[in-house]
Amino acid sequence: MAKNILIVGGGLAGTIVANGLCRQLAPQLRSGEVVITMLGTTETHMYQPGLLYVPFGRIREHELFRDQRKVLDRRVIFHVDPAKHIEVAKNQVSTEGGRTLKYDYLVLATGSRIMPQTIPGMAEGAHWFYDLEGARKLRDALSKFEGGKIIVNANAPHKCPVAPLEVTFMLYDYFKGKGLLDKCEITYTYPIGRLHALEPVALWAKPEFDRLGIKYETFFNTEKVDPEAKTITSAEGVTMPYDLLVTIPPHQGAQVIVDSELGKGGWVPTNTKTLHRDGSTNVFVVGDTTNIPISKAGSTAHFEADVLIDNLASLLTENRMARDYDGKVFCFIETGTSTGTYVWFNYTTPPNPGPPSQMVHWFKLAYNRLYWLSAKGLL
Amino acid sequence: MQTIDARGAFCPGPLMELIAALKLSVIGDQIEILSSDKGSAADVPEWVAKVGHKMVGVTDKGDHWSIIVEKAK
Repeated sequence: MAKNILIVGGGLAGTIVANGLCRQLAPQLRSGEVVITMLGTTETHMYQPGLLYVPFGRIREHELFRDQRKVLDRRVIFHVDPAKHIEVAKNQVSTEGGRTLKYDYLVLATGSRIMPQTIPGMAEGAHWFYDLEGARKLRDALSKFEGGKIIVNANAPHKCPVAPLEVTFMLYDYFKGKGLLDKCEITYTYPIGRLHALEPVALWAKPEFDRLGIKYETFFNTEKVDPEAKTITSAEGVTMPYDLLVTIPPHQGAQVIVDSELGKGGWVPTNTKTLHRDGSTNVFVVGDTTNIPISKAGSTAHFEADVLIDNLASLLTENRMARDYDGKVFCFIETGTSTGTYVWFNYTTPPNPGPPSQMVHWFKLAYNRLYWLSAKGLL
Repeated sequence: MQTIDARGAFCPGPLMELIAALKLSVIGDQIEILSSDKGSAADVPEWVAKVGHKMVGVTDKGDHWSIIVEKAK
């Protein structure tokens, strides 16, 4: 009887797991002892970090997408058929297309999504770049913008924690390049009492903002946006006018997780080291889907996926877990349109970003292409 | 009561986790956050006061802090 591994979600985390398992379980796949199936929501795989460059015209849209079937190892059975109900008590998942799939091991990789609609007026009054449609609209708005008050507004929780800083620095460079800086006032808002969740990054960003004349408002959690009056108001009682509002909307996990009662807000309670769903021995969670209190980022998904591949392969071939996830996260930080830095940390090692350089920026640009090797499980 | 174990969490950190959890809660819900970041013992009460939620208590547990907040608005 074949062992069935079912992966729900075809984003970066699910894709790396699927491809990595194919490499580690090649003999078992060949003999039919193991079957790997993935349920995705779309035929295409999107390089999400590339969206940051779309508003500035620094990446072509076609570079963001690949055919998911070509990214996946051909041995993965891939259905574009979103999961509708996940029943962990019965070891089965039903789909919108009417399938019912049984599994021996389940990997939940359903990801996260932006929820601007949860804040009154945000969907109507703000721009964002966390999906292609939003990034296109922001690109159009920027091309017509002739100056005024720009607010970059980060909301909790959000994925890619450095993106709010990156887009702020890139907006500064963009306006400088267009000769509009003297007509622009950029204000950055952040939910907690400093400029970034990572204290060393916040300490680095503050003098940079001061040097560039970028204003900031901390302890700012958006309560409402008034698209008519063009104002944004925080739960802390601050109201600011804007001409262009670039928001990082609050996120939630996938609706199927909520509907299946697997986690409030779509975040699945997960063991921080083994990545088991709490209460399950054959259900694992990876990427943004977990409720682990670390960054929701592609690198987190990548490092978790590497551990999960080893553990699943080990369970199937040696009946034991291989190793723990150590909380590793690595993030590039674009500090403008020509320099960048990076930061890494894990559960026990605090972050310590280095000085920005052109070299790191170029490496980030190279990674925009190397990503596809990560998704294939080669990097 | 929901408990968020944010000990050793560098990013997004205890306060950001608390803010996210409160968004999914209803008025009257209490959330306990465990933090090994001593800054949180000061940051969280400051933010809770600014927004108008209720601080239930901050307890020094030796190697970490237990901070309990009640959603009030």
